[in-house]
Amino acid sequence: MRITTRVNGTEQEVDDVWAGESLLYVLRERMGLPGSKNACEQGECGSCTVYLDGEPVCSCLVAAGQAIGREVTTVEGLADGERLHPVQEAFVECGAVQCGFCTPGLVVAAHDLLARVPSPSDPEIREALAGNLCRCTGYEKILDAVRLAAERQAQA
Amino acid sequence: MDFLQPSSWQEALDIRAERPDAVPIAGGTDVMVDINFDRRRPGALLDLGRVAELREWGTEAGVVRLGAGVPYTRIVEDLADRLPGLAMASRTVGSPQIRIRGTVGGNLGSASPAGDAHPPLLAAGAVVEVASAARGARQIPAAEFYTGVKRNALEADELIAAVLIPSAAGPQQFCKIGTRNAMVIAVSAFACALHPDRRAVGTGIGSAAPTPRRAVDAEDFLAGELEGSGLWESRGELPETLARAFGERVAAAASPIDDVRGSAAYRLHSLSVMARRAVTWAWNDLRKAA
Amino acid sequence: MSTDTGTATTTTTTTTVPPGRIGDSPLRPDGTLKVTGEFAYASDLWHDEMAWGVTLRSPHPHARIRGIDITEALTVPGVWAVLTADDVPGENAFGLEHADQPVLASEFVRYEGEPVALVAADHPETARRAAKRIRVDYEVLPAVTDARRAMDPDAPAVHRPGNLVRHLRLRRGEENPTAPVVVSLDFEVGMQDQAFLGPESGLAVPAEDGGIDLYVATQWLHVDQRQICLALGMPAEKVRLTLSGVGGAFGGREDLSVHVHACLLALRTGKPVKMSYGREESFYGHVHRHPATMTYEFGAERDGTLVYAKAYVLLDGGAYASSTNAVVGNAGTLGLGPYRFPSVAVDAYGVFTNNPPCGAMRGFGCVQAAFAHEALMDELADTVGVDRVAIRQLNGMREGDLNITGQVIDSAAPVGELLQIVADFPLPPERGEGADPRSLPGAVNNTTHGEGVVRGIGYAVTYKNVGFSEGFDDYSTARVRLEMTGGEAVATVHTAAAEVGQGLITVEQQICRTELGVERVVVHPKDTAVGSGGSTSASRQTYVTGGAVKAACEAVRAAVLERAALALARPAADLRLDGEKIVGSSGEVLTGLAEVLGDDAVEETVEYRHRPTHAIDPETGQGDAHVQFAFSAHRAVVDVDVELGLVKVVALDTAQDVGKAINPDAVVGQIQGGSAQGMGLALMEEIVVTDGHVRNPSFTDYLIPTILDMPPMRIEVLEYADPHAPYGVRGVGEPPTISSGPAVAAAVRAAVGKPLRRVPIRPEHITGT
Repeated sequence: MRITTRVNGTEQEVDDVWAGESLLYVLRERMGLPGSKNACEQGECGSCTVYLDGEPVCSCLVAAGQAIGREVTTVEGLADGERLHPVQEAFVECGAVQCGFCTPGLVVAAHDLLARVPSPSDPEIREALAGNLCRCTGYEKILDAVRLAAERQAQA
Repeated sequence: MDFLQPSSWQEALDIRAERPDAVPIAGGTDVMVDINFDRRRPGALLDLGRVAELREWGTEAGVVRLGAGVPYTRIVEDLADRLPGLAMASRTVGSPQIRIRGTVGGNLGSASPAGDAHPPLLAAGAVVEVASAARGARQIPAAEFYTGVKRNALEADELIAAVLIPSAAGPQQFCKIGTRNAMVIAVSAFACALHPDRRAVGTGIGSAAPTPRRAVDAEDFLAGELEGSGLWESRGELPETLARAFGERVAAAASPIDDVRGSAAYRLHSLSVMARRAVTWAWNDLRKAA
Repeated sequence: MSTDTGTATTTTTTTTVPPGRIGDSPLRPDGTLKVTGEFAYASDLWHDEMAWGVTLRSPHPHARIRGIDITEALTVPGVWAVLTADDVPGENAFGLEHADQPVLASEFVRYEGEPVALVAADHPETARRAAKRIRVDYEVLPAVTDARRAMDPDAPAVHRPGNLVRHLRLRRGEENPTAPVVVSLDFEVGMQDQAFLGPESGLAVPAEDGGIDLYVATQWLHVDQRQICLALGMPAEKVRLTLSGVGGAFGGREDLSVHVHACLLALRTGKPVKMSYGREESFYGHVHRHPATMTYEFGAERDGTLVYAKAYVLLDGGAYASSTNAVVGNAGTLGLGPYRFPSVAVDAYGVFTNNPPCGAMRGFGCVQAAFAHEALMDELADTVGVDRVAIRQLNGMREGDLNITGQVIDSAAPVGELLQIVADFPLPPERGEGADPRSLPGAVNNTTHGEGVVRGIGYAVTYKNVGFSEGFDDYSTARVRLEMTGGEAVATVHTAAAEVGQGLITVEQQICRTELGVERVVVHPKDTAVGSGGSTSASRQTYVTGGAVKAACEAVRAAVLERAALALARPAADLRLDGEKIVGSSGEVLTGLAEVLGDDAVEETVEYRHRPTHAIDPETGQGDAHVQFAFSAHRAVVDVDVELGLVKVVALDTAQDVGKAINPDAVVGQIQGGSAQGMGLALMEEIVVTDGHVRNPSFTDYLIPTILDMPPMRIEVLEYADPHAPYGVRGVGEPPTISSGPAVAAAVRAAVGKPLRRVPIRPEHITGT
């Protein structure tokens, strides 16, 4: 099956896709975009979170064919060239990254939260990020990062 | 494996009829897990994501017609007033990412006893609208839709079109047990709806029987007691003993098993507690509204 | 240094630290790559013409393999190779301490999930389909799945000669001590999983010299290399390993996973072969934390002063030895906690069963024991009527004390102070009316609006050995190179010590900057082209590899000064390296580094060893088994819905002595993450095994804490330098995982008022249903 989709602003076309492949697999193994991570394959960890038509989804649960003709944005598409997005910047600065395997998904989820809710309360942050498991940080510095990014966005 | 992608409801029904080996997929939150874990290799996936009709909802004569493909996030955002029980349950489904993709139609199609949408649908007296190319649409009350563990009343050539849910005439509640504070599959779940307009009580039990089910005896008992004591009219305080007896009857309606998520005994116990608390909250809301 | 993450502030007492040096918290060099998705984890590796490898695993906990038929699998189009035990060219055995585990099962399978055959194909789905066509003829055998049963002399033997892996017998003081107050309790700890987010993965690339290059996520490249060489029958120079990006480890990557398998397939097919486990296979593909059954007894004076302890600890090692021996060592020698006991009798056992193999996980033997000694300490406090913090302070170890193996605690042992700090932290506010549902047990699942919710507070304290113990030759190698590049001094640090997320690469840079005065430090990829860095475990890398990097820097500095001394005709002893300048004894600039080095590079390679440790006496368990001890204390505050058995941890506050915080922010990160894992074990994390079968190999049913489960954490870090360690450092990673769980369990008990002697504490335990 042929998959044509717009990823990070670029038209991508890949052939010979097996119908059972997920969008995650196609991004990682066929489109050279391994930034989204495969950690649970069942929507329980959020590491594969990408935007599909502007909404954050677990790409491991999107059948490749469902993405045909859609707009996909991955973690690779968030920075402005060399300039990190404020959410990315805050994750680095706050020490919200250890092993980093959960980071791409968390960055996308936090990016979405701040786009919808510019100054989220702590409970709002927690509820919005509850679908993204992190095993290294205990989440404290992730909260710090989201708060910092929100603050900077408010100042900008 | 083929990937079939109809763009209209009629086309979807035609394909469904032609390809009994196809598995319908909407949000993918169940189907893709089975594929990723190599539990299922259907002949085809029938993607319902391009069928615009399925993603719409509307209200007619006090009944919400919820397209099978409306995701949980939209139910939380758009329908919390009309369908408070379902909205509360929708908020507990998986994670934000899952709620953006997952649909009530998918929950019904999978018919897992743990599906979060089932208890509020049962409590509200919802009806499932299914259709086939050959015979057109038919309506199945939710309580008759679930026929066994992960089995439902769909014929091989049918698809789920919508769920018809009466707009809430009174308070509704939903509670769910999980062993952590987010992203859990229900160990047990309970929904209740007060229908002061017809002086009735609705219930739904999840994860505590082979299928989601109502606690009919508990419903009749409570409605009767409220009637007998004049509480429907007086809107007086709900006696604790009554709430407790209701909880016990709800638990009695369940037939849970021991599994890795919880013991049968705990499921029964938690149901009785949730039912007691939920009905008290609902009743208090009713009193406040009065 | 303290942080109060409730208000998101971090303060440090060391404000004059030069940027990027030790004591500062420079940013991770890999941080930007990780937030943009560019960082290459093992599962991201890709090679032209690469094939995918998959593993066929045993469905039985115990069976004899009567035959394997691969004919049909080989006919699947797109399949490149199908391998079984017969295809292992070297010895069909591996293992960290004992090579007792087959690379591919030959005669027997001893646990569910044991690898039996391998397939390489052009697509993972093709490989999976082919694997299903491999016919394995199993004769199912009775399985020993209960550790106590495994101890019976008549139990079926998982291995010859029997099921006992180790019995650690420890005796000290009086033989039959008595005391006016005696408390005794039984405990159980379930099987925890490391649940690192990045599943096992590796890429093996056949090389022109007939050897193999393996890119893999691991914790110790050289111990992997040794085992791979044995299985492939190849010398070390032909088996070259490079660390790829590691998505967390926590002990779960100490044992081999894809390593030999990927190499076998690559060598057979002549193609690069990638193997990546999914989450389900990951649960079968690595060892877990040993489940434990324990009986503890404390004897004490009426004022609570400890007189004696007796402990029985039984650890289920599962089907293969892995590191059970050393885990028993820790459970036995450290398993009574940081207290003074005049008399002690400990018997710790590790046994084989047909359950999943267990081995290393953060806290390594101390985690299980801490649940027992801390709960029993509470029981003693309540029995004698002494405050739970005070009784720990009364009995807490102090510097100069002897521990239960008779070893002198020869640096700080601030048990009392750590407890005082956590006891003095302000308590979180009482839950008010109209609390946000997300702050209640059950959160948005809407199970309570306050009904049934009771608050509880619990304390725990622990100590943990740092580094490898009991006579192990524990060392690390560092190569440091200093040269001028583009007019700037650049140091390159090369170690094989695995960066698994904890931040070792940042620490290596900080040490180089501090020792050599350079700003730019390049961290060379971690590989086997340099000597062993030892294991990234036992909280040891900042100490041991940090020590090696420091020593290598010192050697580089000495060599530079030797050169300068020659050029300047001055004794090297009078010279100092100050940034890019060579200065004399009164600080006068004599020459520049650029002049001294010219186009040359100065490079030194140094092996660093910590002070030796010693085997313990086999009869008494006495001896100087450990090199260093690290202490931490936790206070947990929980809200429990006692009617439904649901728990919300409200606060998890901690104090820890880290000797010297090389990177204070990273220290705090370790403490936060470690605390979360301990909390997870106390409340939700367990691999449920029934009759040898894992019942929850997924993130749907193996639950780890989410961001809605974690409370804010107050953290106070003490820095009592260990005079024997480089910079005075003390290992950081493990103690928080040990003391947090028992504190949470104690808090839940306090709220519920029930014994709750098993962790994880499940809702049905709390409700008694």
